[in-house]
Amino acid sequence: MSSEHSASRLYYRAWIGALSVLIAAGLASYLRQLDYGLGLTGMSRDVSWGLYIGQFTFAVGIAASAVMLVLPCYLHNAKAFSKIVLYGEFIAISAVASCMLFIFADMGQPGRVLNMIFYASPRSIMFWDMISLSGYLAINAVCAAVTLRAERNELPPPAWLRPIVLLSIPWAVSIHTVTAFLYCGLAARPFWFTAILAPRFLASAFASGPALLLLILRAAGIHIEPGARGKLATVITYAMALNVFFVLLELFTHFYSGIGHHPLPPVFWISAVLSTAAFFLLLFFRRHLIPACALTFFALWLDKGLTMVTAGFNPSPLGVVTAYTPTAPEIAIAAGIWSAGALLATVLFRRATAVRAYGSTEVVEEVLI
Amino acid sequence: MNLTRSGFLRFLTAPLVLLSRRRACAAPNRRWALVIDNRRCMQDAGCSACIQACHRAHNVPRIPDARHEVKWLWKERFQNLFGAEAVPVAAQNRLALALCNHCDNPPCTRVCPTAATWKRPDGVVMMDWHRCIGCRYCMAACPYASRSFNWIDPKPYITGPTPDFPRRTKGVVEKCNFCEERLAVGKAPACVEACPERSLVFGDLNDPQSEVRQLLNSRFTIRRHPELGTRPSVFYVV
Repeated sequence: MSSEHSASRLYYRAWIGALSVLIAAGLASYLRQLDYGLGLTGMSRDVSWGLYIGQFTFAVGIAASAVMLVLPCYLHNAKAFSKIVLYGEFIAISAVASCMLFIFADMGQPGRVLNMIFYASPRSIMFWDMISLSGYLAINAVCAAVTLRAERNELPPPAWLRPIVLLSIPWAVSIHTVTAFLYCGLAARPFWFTAILAPRFLASAFASGPALLLLILRAAGIHIEPGARGKLATVITYAMALNVFFVLLELFTHFYSGIGHHPLPPVFWISAVLSTAAFFLLLFFRRHLIPACALTFFALWLDKGLTMVTAGFNPSPLGVVTAYTPTAPEIAIAAGIWSAGALLATVLFRRATAVRAYGSTEVVEEVLI
Repeated sequence: MNLTRSGFLRFLTAPLVLLSRRRACAAPNRRWALVIDNRRCMQDAGCSACIQACHRAHNVPRIPDARHEVKWLWKERFQNLFGAEAVPVAAQNRLALALCNHCDNPPCTRVCPTAATWKRPDGVVMMDWHRCIGCRYCMAACPYASRSFNWIDPKPYITGPTPDFPRRTKGVVEKCNFCEERLAVGKAPACVEACPERSLVFGDLNDPQSEVRQLLNSRFTIRRHPELGTRPSVFYVV
């Protein structure tokens, strides 16, 4: 056993330990919230959704972005992606699991969650969000499990899997579209009430998701073929270009119409500037892909995870601006849920690397443990 | 057989005619509405009899922290209710009552994932506090900020509870119910009864003889945000 291996094992243990601590802290805070009520958070009568719903929305985007691997791999036969498509599906599974936890954390009466099924209301977009998210989780779980099993048996995946994989492509688009419909169908909230919200969501998801994948693969020390890396960088660049373009469209209508009755929050501008910077970094400094990915991810998280939801509530329909600051327990719960998602992803990744390392000595060098 | 053009059309439309006759024969639908005569209302002088009566009758907690406030009926500046352009400058800072509008086309009931809030045929927008999961989607959808969430346990903040009406638990949304519990026994809403100036008029919009219908026929009234297509059942005489 080389010293490099024992070092990576140490990192791995520290990572699992850190996630466990964050999950425990989140769980403790959640028990407090369960006892005291959602008044423990920074939300209020006027800003009635906050960090949880913002993180939920962002996580849906991360989940949807697996399509950026599945589509080239299965529809365009891009061989470069055949090894990493599994990791994309694992991230999708973990992100959808986090989404569900965020929704659960945001509920005032979590014990009544099954009312969503007992009194299913197809007129509510939330009903369709439940359908699309749980369906997406199932599709990805089946695809990933069957692919991995086939790989372990050194066989090609069964033929019946292909239609399911292809189904996951429109389904991925649907989960983020339906999530955008949660917001953009509400005439009461001018900031959300825009038809470009769903395309914007998708563009930012297709940039931030693959960016996260590249960051994770680098951090986990998983080898990625240069061809796949280059193609992913192209996907991120195009998606970021579309995202910046859609934001500009939004700004045009907002300012040129002269209506602009909702002020754009400062973080919106910060995110717009950082997104543009990330786009130029991706376009002209491809050698620095990892910093560009980090900037892409951060800029889009600021927009969708932090600003988009709360900006819809300010000003309130009565013209009142209410400050919203997440409280410490609220942040702890959100961090705990992200950590749970990260732990699930770690376990899944580890399983894949173990299967792939089995019997192939040249790969074992790249593997975490 | 000699088929004329009009006869053919009558034949085609016969089912529709039958259907419309049946609807006309059915018992007349009620649609409850409230007209607030803001010229009579003396709230600026400090009267809040209607609010007190409402909040007492429905066990609405009095929570000092504005972030966690629960309110069914409250005073709001005119310009906040209607927008600065909709009312004369002199009236902008006047206070008027705000409450659930019991919209004819309510966005809140449309978005509720459990049908814990729904519109009755008589126009009352109802809430089931035992079914509500506390997702607060209705609060995001309401363009009138009429809905409150129980961020904390409301029970310690209820003074002199009314035993006839349920108290709420933490984690559910609530709002004005047009006093459906009083309508059921033929009484007018508590706020209407409590007003010393008789500035609140309640009645059936579909009854041509009702006081609300006659007021609407004779006075200029406005509703909050008619451009959103919600068709509120609360009217203001300004």
